[in-house]
Amino acid sequence: MFDSKRWMCSALVAIAMVAMVAESGCKKNRIDPFPASGAVSGWEKTGDTRVFAARDLWQYIDGDAEQYIQAGVVSTSTSDYKFQGQLEVVVDVYTMKDPAGARKILENGLTRDAKAVQLGDEGVQYAQSVSFRKGPNLVRIVAYESTPDTARALLSLAHSVEAKL
Amino acid sequence: MKSRREFLKETAAGAVILGSHNALDAVGLHAESGKSRVIIARDPALHGTSAKPDQQRVLDLLDRAIAAYSGEDKPVDAWKRIIARERAQDKVIGLKTNGLGGRGISTHAVLVMAIAERLQQAGVKAGNILVWDRNARDLEACGLTLNEDPSRVRCYGSDAAGFEEERQNWGTAHPQFSKILTRECSMVINLPILKDHSGAGVTFALKNMYGVLKRPDELHSTGCNPGVADLNCCPAIREKFRLTIGDAMSSVYEGGPGFHPEHLWFPNALVVGEDWVALDQTAWTMIEQKRAAAGLPTLEAAGRPPRYIATAADQEHRLGTNDPKRIKLVEI
Repeated sequence: MFDSKRWMCSALVAIAMVAMVAESGCKKNRIDPFPASGAVSGWEKTGDTRVFAARDLWQYIDGDAEQYIQAGVVSTSTSDYKFQGQLEVVVDVYTMKDPAGARKILENGLTRDAKAVQLGDEGVQYAQSVSFRKGPNLVRIVAYESTPDTARALLSLAHSVEAKL
Repeated sequence: MKSRREFLKETAAGAVILGSHNALDAVGLHAESGKSRVIIARDPALHGTSAKPDQQRVLDLLDRAIAAYSGEDKPVDAWKRIIARERAQDKVIGLKTNGLGGRGISTHAVLVMAIAERLQQAGVKAGNILVWDRNARDLEACGLTLNEDPSRVRCYGSDAAGFEEERQNWGTAHPQFSKILTRECSMVINLPILKDHSGAGVTFALKNMYGVLKRPDELHSTGCNPGVADLNCCPAIREKFRLTIGDAMSSVYEGGPGFHPEHLWFPNALVVGEDWVALDQTAWTMIEQKRAAAGLPTLEAAGRPPRYIATAADQEHRLGTNDPKRIKLVEI
């Protein structure tokens, strides 16, 4: 009887240890790419992070979801930000099944006035937006208006998001 | 509820006219026989130096567009005729916006409120004007403020009102419609925003109807064709949607339906009509002209021609005309 109790205790300890290892592994995989308010000078996170699984992406971007699904999107996270209390932007992070999917979407949207920037594995900037890919992640940051500070401000936020990926 | 087969039988017998999308029974005194009228009203100074259109100029533009479409000199008289034709004087009139693209590319609140103002001047009670869309977020993206107080113009989404349990059926479309459409509004004015679309090619009058059902994702395959056409044949839409006042004050010509500021453009126009196929055909032309000017390939060359427009015009659907010879385009 004493042996079976000892066996049960050992089994419980082993199960607990496996659970702890699994939990830490899961936490490592659950990346939060969104900088907190104040983490980047001038930037405030103004909305809750919303997350959409691939099958629900249509609720966020309607028919545009098709191209992301075909490229292998796994999940999409989005949050709103504001720069110096005025300039409002949205940050979208699409996590694809592989880097090829992120590359496909990024390169599909390129136009002749895209400016290459040093971000992640590949980055481009326009007057009111910046997009980059890093591994399987595609990030798009879009400002709702253009000011003299928009381009510089977007880059600073983008670098902070990149650092968290 | 009519099935597709029953409807086609009646159509073949000539007993039914798709009046909701047919300009021949429209308000306009100037309707030419056999032609669908589309008005494009423009104001090059609409935005001035601001990113937002000027409120007074939007009201003036609306007045010019409605006057040109109806033939009435006074805009309030035009609205009175529209309301009287639909017997909607004491009923709820819906204004269906499009806020899906988010803040940067959604139906402008200033247009919505200009229409609401004219409706009230034409005798409609404020609380009988209901501005609506898929959900609260989309309405706020348009710059609108939610309101359920019946003493003022109301504004809320299908997320608050709910959807019908029972589905209507037409071809590939089996929608559960918003209860705002089925139970609250006696007529609805369509207020789409002009955009290109990554699947359908173009999104304007016809595709704005994807915002009135619970699961629009079910109709996005094969370039939304025949989904768009089939959906617009459903009685709930045919019987209640009448006039379209299309918001082309700002638009995207690439990257749509989302907001891509690098492809934002300002046609500074309203596009008005009741033949939604003709409206979408016109919208397609506008987008192609802009794409050409920007050095982009046609939508056909880009692999996404708006095939749903021809489908909507075909013998099976007969929602309007996509034949330029049967469209009377008036640009003012």
